[in-house]
Amino acid sequence: MRREGSPFEGLGAVFAKELTDNISSVRMLVLELLIVLTALAALYGAIDNLRQNTAEDPFLLLRLFTLSNAPLPSFVAILGFLIPLMAIGLGFDSVNSEFNRRTLSRLLAQPIYRDALLMGKFLAGLATLAVSLTALWLMVIGLGLIFLGVPPGTEEIGRSLVFLVIAIVYAGVWLSLSMLLSIVFRSPATAALVALGIWLFLAVLWPMLAPAFAQIIAPPDPRYLALGLETPDTGLWSQFLLRLSPNDLFGEAMLAILSPTTRTLGAVFLDQLRGAVMGSPLPLGESIMIAWPQTVGLIATTIVLFVAGYILFQRQEVRA
Amino acid sequence: MNDLLNEAPLAPPNTVIVAESLSKRYGSASAVDQISFNIRKGEVFGLLGPNGAGKTTTILMMLGLTEISAGSISVLGYDPARQPLQVKRRVGYLPDSVGFYDHLTAVENLTYTAKLMGLSLNERMQRIADALKRVRLSDVAHKRVATFSRGMRQRLGLAEIIVKKAEIAILDEPTSGLDPQATLEFLDLIRELKAEGVTVLLSSHLLDQVQRICDRVALFQSGRIVLMGSVAELSVQVLGAGFVVEVEAEGVGIARRLATIPGVSNVETLAEDRFRMTAERDVRPDAARAVVAVNGALKRLSVDEPSLEAIYARYFQGKTPGDVRHAA
Repeated sequence: MRREGSPFEGLGAVFAKELTDNISSVRMLVLELLIVLTALAALYGAIDNLRQNTAEDPFLLLRLFTLSNAPLPSFVAILGFLIPLMAIGLGFDSVNSEFNRRTLSRLLAQPIYRDALLMGKFLAGLATLAVSLTALWLMVIGLGLIFLGVPPGTEEIGRSLVFLVIAIVYAGVWLSLSMLLSIVFRSPATAALVALGIWLFLAVLWPMLAPAFAQIIAPPDPRYLALGLETPDTGLWSQFLLRLSPNDLFGEAMLAILSPTTRTLGAVFLDQLRGAVMGSPLPLGESIMIAWPQTVGLIATTIVLFVAGYILFQRQEVRA
Repeated sequence: MNDLLNEAPLAPPNTVIVAESLSKRYGSASAVDQISFNIRKGEVFGLLGPNGAGKTTTILMMLGLTEISAGSISVLGYDPARQPLQVKRRVGYLPDSVGFYDHLTAVENLTYTAKLMGLSLNERMQRIADALKRVRLSDVAHKRVATFSRGMRQRLGLAEIIVKKAEIAILDEPTSGLDPQATLEFLDLIRELKAEGVTVLLSSHLLDQVQRICDRVALFQSGRIVLMGSVAELSVQVLGAGFVVEVEAEGVGIARRLATIPGVSNVETLAEDRFRMTAERDVRPDAARAVVAVNGALKRLSVDEPSLEAIYARYFQGKTPGDVRHAA
């Protein structure tokens, strides 16, 4: 049975309204402050570190993103941890609050399809996150200019732009997850708790659990242990399990993009190193190739989660 | 589309909504069970019955907001399941306990839905200002909806239907939870809509209000329409007769004379000079003529219009007494 009319009718109106709500909300302000303050601390550490120990580095700007000054983690690590929080904050009550406010049936009685409502909300959330992350990115570059006094090269700008795009995609994963939960659970509190639980599990517990599971699946070989090496099978399993978490995918992609000397994100075979000049940076295109599978993984996760939410939302009864 | 065209001649002219054995099932439970009805252009039609009888489900099916399990419905000639946008462009809906965005003002709330209707900026502003004026909310147009009372929210919901210039207004329990003053105001607004030629579909369980405003009613019970028609028709059907006329007059042979009036089914003599007639129409003029004809002195002539409440109570007493409890 085909339905008539465009699913995108009303998309613009929903998008504009949700974007206004997101940007003017107190919740967003608090989240942004949290990220900016933590990021500033990390940047301060990195700048301090760079000023003291840097000799000649062709990628000074990129060091700002990746250098950590104990006890503070690096800027990228902080983003990997806090972007999900921001996305969850935007998405956890996007659909169930319409039910609870009893606005949903009134909206859907207007000449729009449900598609426009869900898509508009998602795009508005993503746009909000993109605006915040871009502001943050500009802040890093500005601070770098002021404190380091070295103008960034074209490649550095290119790499940091790729970083920005991947960070937005990573935010998309968490946004579609939290929107899915906001469709599944009628209570925003439940949706928020489940989303935060998943976030903590993937960000904190999974990096510890994955190697342990790997050792169960492929027990370490005593011969490798005797040599003080990691058993290849265990290592591969551990990496495979880790990659199930979007946090790990984001971290790996960032490593490839922001550290130009990264040649591979997995195990290295000797023949891959043949003819390589160790320690020399790869061109940007090659680095993107290395980060590509991770990026595609993140985009695919976003789409799968969004589609799951879409199907559930289409089948949901309107009456509260 | 062809089906609709073929079906069209079956329905009486000026029909805006046609439902044919419409059904909605949730698993094995039946929420709406094979109901059929026609709604004519410009009438106020009441859907009435206890909570959970299938009124809201029927409304949602008309708007294409819930899937139809069996049967068919056409709204203004469109199929809500396949052409929901066409239907929703022409039909306004005020849901049961309507909600608004509390942090936005009345105008901002209406602007959002007007944008969803696809109205241009100028038209939007004009229509919103007019609609707010009509529902008497102009002075709070720029106040946040969080401060609105329930009656004001209901009127704002009606303003949305006016902004849409809907041909059909579907109001789900519009007066439940309103104080008497707000209820009267709201019923007046509904009459204004009717005067403009808008077809109004009203669901309620408040019988006296339905009776005051509806041209025809359909009585729902566990997913079926058990009675349908105007209040007078229903009273004939259920109570046996519609009008009870009391005559107070002095004279000889009045009772016998009254009994000969066509349409009168029964004459009771309450006192020497008081008589109660049961009739299927308002027979007061005939009664007056009859009294005068026997040279009687007419002192009082009153009529009890059939009450929906009596019809409702009688109907459910006869069928399932248990359901009446839920109705109030």
